Amino acid sequence: MTGPRAIGVETLHMTMRFGAFTALDDCSIRIAPGSFHALLGENGAGKSTLVKCMMGFYHATAGEMLVDRREARITDPKAAHALGLGMVYQHFTLVPSLTAAENLVISREDAPQIIDWRSERAALQDFMDRMPFQVPLDQPVRALAAGEKQKLEILKQLYLGRRFLILDEPTSVLTPDEADEVLGHVRQLCRDGEISVLMITHKFREVTAFADEVSVLRRGKLVGGGKVCDLDHTDMAALMMGGTQLARPAPRSGTVGAPVLDLHNVTARDRTGLKDIRIDALTVHAGEIVGIAGISGNGQMELMEILTGQRPRQTGKIMVKGTPYAARRNEALRHNVRFLPEETLQNACAPRMSVAENMAFRSFDTNGARPRFWLSGRDIRARAADLVRQFKVKTTSLDSPIAALSGGNIQRSVLARELSGQVDLLIISNPCFGLDFSAVADIRSRIMDARNAGTAVLIMSEDLDEIMELTDRVLVMSEGRITYDTPTSSADIGTLGHFMGGHAG
Amino acid sequence: MDTDLGLWVIPLAILGGAIRVSTPFLFVSLGEALTERSGRINLGLEGTLVFGAMSGYALAYLTGSPWLGVLAAALCGALFGLLHGVICSLPRVNDIAVGIAMMILGLGLAFYFGKPFVQPVAPDLPAISFGGWSDMPQIRAALEVNVLFLIGAVLAVGLWWLLRATRIGLIIRVVGDSTDAARAMGLRPAMIRTCTTAVGGAFAGVGGAYLSLYYPGSWNEGISSGQGLMAVALVIFARWNPLACFGAALLFGGAGALGPTLQSVGISEGYYLFFAAPYVLTLGVLIATSSPTRAMTGAPAELSITK
Repeated sequence: MTGPRAIGVETLHMTMRFGAFTALDDCSIRIAPGSFHALLGENGAGKSTLVKCMMGFYHATAGEMLVDRREARITDPKAAHALGLGMVYQHFTLVPSLTAAENLVISREDAPQIIDWRSERAALQDFMDRMPFQVPLDQPVRALAAGEKQKLEILKQLYLGRRFLILDEPTSVLTPDEADEVLGHVRQLCRDGEISVLMITHKFREVTAFADEVSVLRRGKLVGGGKVCDLDHTDMAALMMGGTQLARPAPRSGTVGAPVLDLHNVTARDRTGLKDIRIDALTVHAGEIVGIAGISGNGQMELMEILTGQRPRQTGKIMVKGTPYAARRNEALRHNVRFLPEETLQNACAPRMSVAENMAFRSFDTNGARPRFWLSGRDIRARAADLVRQFKVKTTSLDSPIAALSGGNIQRSVLARELSGQVDLLIISNPCFGLDFSAVADIRSRIMDARNAGTAVLIMSEDLDEIMELTDRVLVMSEGRITYDTPTSSADIGTLGHFMGGHAG
Repeated sequence: MDTDLGLWVIPLAILGGAIRVSTPFLFVSLGEALTERSGRINLGLEGTLVFGAMSGYALAYLTGSPWLGVLAAALCGALFGLLHGVICSLPRVNDIAVGIAMMILGLGLAFYFGKPFVQPVAPDLPAISFGGWSDMPQIRAALEVNVLFLIGAVLAVGLWWLLRATRIGLIIRVVGDSTDAARAMGLRPAMIRTCTTAVGGAFAGVGGAYLSLYYPGSWNEGISSGQGLMAVALVIFARWNPLACFGAALLFGGAGALGPTLQSVGISEGYYLFFAAPYVLTLGVLIATSSPTRAMTGAPAELSITK
């Protein structure tokens, strides 16, 4: 083998504080030369903070780093690069309109002023021939498939002489087959002693299939790890989620009624346009809360968009109370279907219109059961004033733009609008994301009240505690499919974690 | 007038006209192509062109040297471009709005400073005659090629090579295609865009000097008939490729020569309509090359009109 060999990296008692918040707490990880090391953790567990400290984007509050068994002070990413450390980001950093060859040459620090393409091409071809996998050099990167782009990102790091690579969720935009191919090559490069790799991931399957070792972070702390062969998915899930007692279901009343929402064989493209979302069957009955758990990016957002009419579906049927539903305004009005999407300000508000106007979006053009032509400013204000009082929305005035409210109050305003009047079906996504404790308790109790009054509720959430507290039935969504379905009372964390991690059986 | 040529006079005159009329299109579109390749649009080039025409004419008149005039026009153009670039580097400034303001500023300043130069006569730029082999005056007239046209042709090839095979060219393309990627490489996109806008402005200034120093060859307030604006459309038509800009400029120049040519052979019916040919061509080309569903191929991704 030619060229420099893989290098090992070690962090010692790495701590990172942002003000009073400790994002990373005394974290010591050792990545041996030539090993493929996985870094597991939930969103916000401190994975990104750790690698950003390693790459010099952040300066750790305390702790040290050893590169190749020598102490290293990494002040900025350039210093990290000089030591042979490189990072492949979740999103591509290649320039789309440049060819692969142009991308590689221009990424070099010492790119010549005048590029002699003939000799550069020969050198690049020579480099490619030494690699275990190739990417076409003369096509614009735009024309490459996602897997090819990711391979090129990795090749670029090798071309730049990096011998320790951090991969930040490298497979999030790849199909499973592409992911397997890319990770297989990465593992081969590790085996050959070319590089050492630290890979951030959510996916247990990739850890088991490709990594040698694993470290698990939770709330900024290193909570465990070791050789992958010594751990199974249940162990990893327990480490990731803490194995602590989950929230108990909140008290509830009423009985489950007739089916309200029915999905049959619904398919649609996902965000990346590469994968399909496929929901074979999903039913929500009156008077029950059905929760969809899952790690973000497994199709929950797309499912929400299908239900709100933001994303076209390719096949399948959506039925509400036995009639086909196409998410039109008049259908939503007739069947009393209401939504609380995530990022409420963007998805369910007109940010610069007033609080009163935003609260009138469901009702401004109706007068009881009849449509109305002339708006009634007095009705709109009276109604808004009433809702603001009922739902304890804190706003300086009914006329202030809704974007001026805090996140919790925006959420309360939209919930007030959506829950007013008769509601037969309520579809919610991450209702409490980023809200403070009191807002969370309030919003959850409103949802529970709606359920007890006979509303069918479908809730998508990344917060397992929220799912366990609110729902009657829990489903797990993974890779665009619903893979698990159980009554919440009999759900256990190990099994849920198993399915959330993408283990399909 | 020699009438032996018959109707051949029309294509010949169009060719000659294309070479004569295309030069300002060529310079402005090369400048705009360079600016847009770095991810910014300068709509102010019409103002830069007219100011270049004025300043070039004024300096040529004052010094007696047309080449000093061209140099002055280039410097003024660069200053206009620099101003546009610096303003657009401020946060939340829209390059299109700034461009329109710069266009009006350039026109206003040119008319203000240009008043004393409407009457005097400045020396012309030299032309090279490639028609010496023929004794037909039409052919000789058509093959009278101005030096600036030749420089423009060389510049087109040079720019194409620059964007393809130099570090600077690749950096300009990186910046134009992805601000994030450029930042990740440690480049400063705003600075690079400001530089390309300044260079683009200098090109447009030279285009203006051609107008006042060669064809039509005098300074007045109606000297430009929108070449600076049409050149922007021309860049889109040419897919941001300098070599294609050359071809497109010839095409537009030819269309611009259609009206005068038909007039000269005595066709007076609807001849104002033929004067409109370049504008009709602009509209036609933009419609023909647009698509409602897909983004334009070759468009720099950071351009505010294609985002």
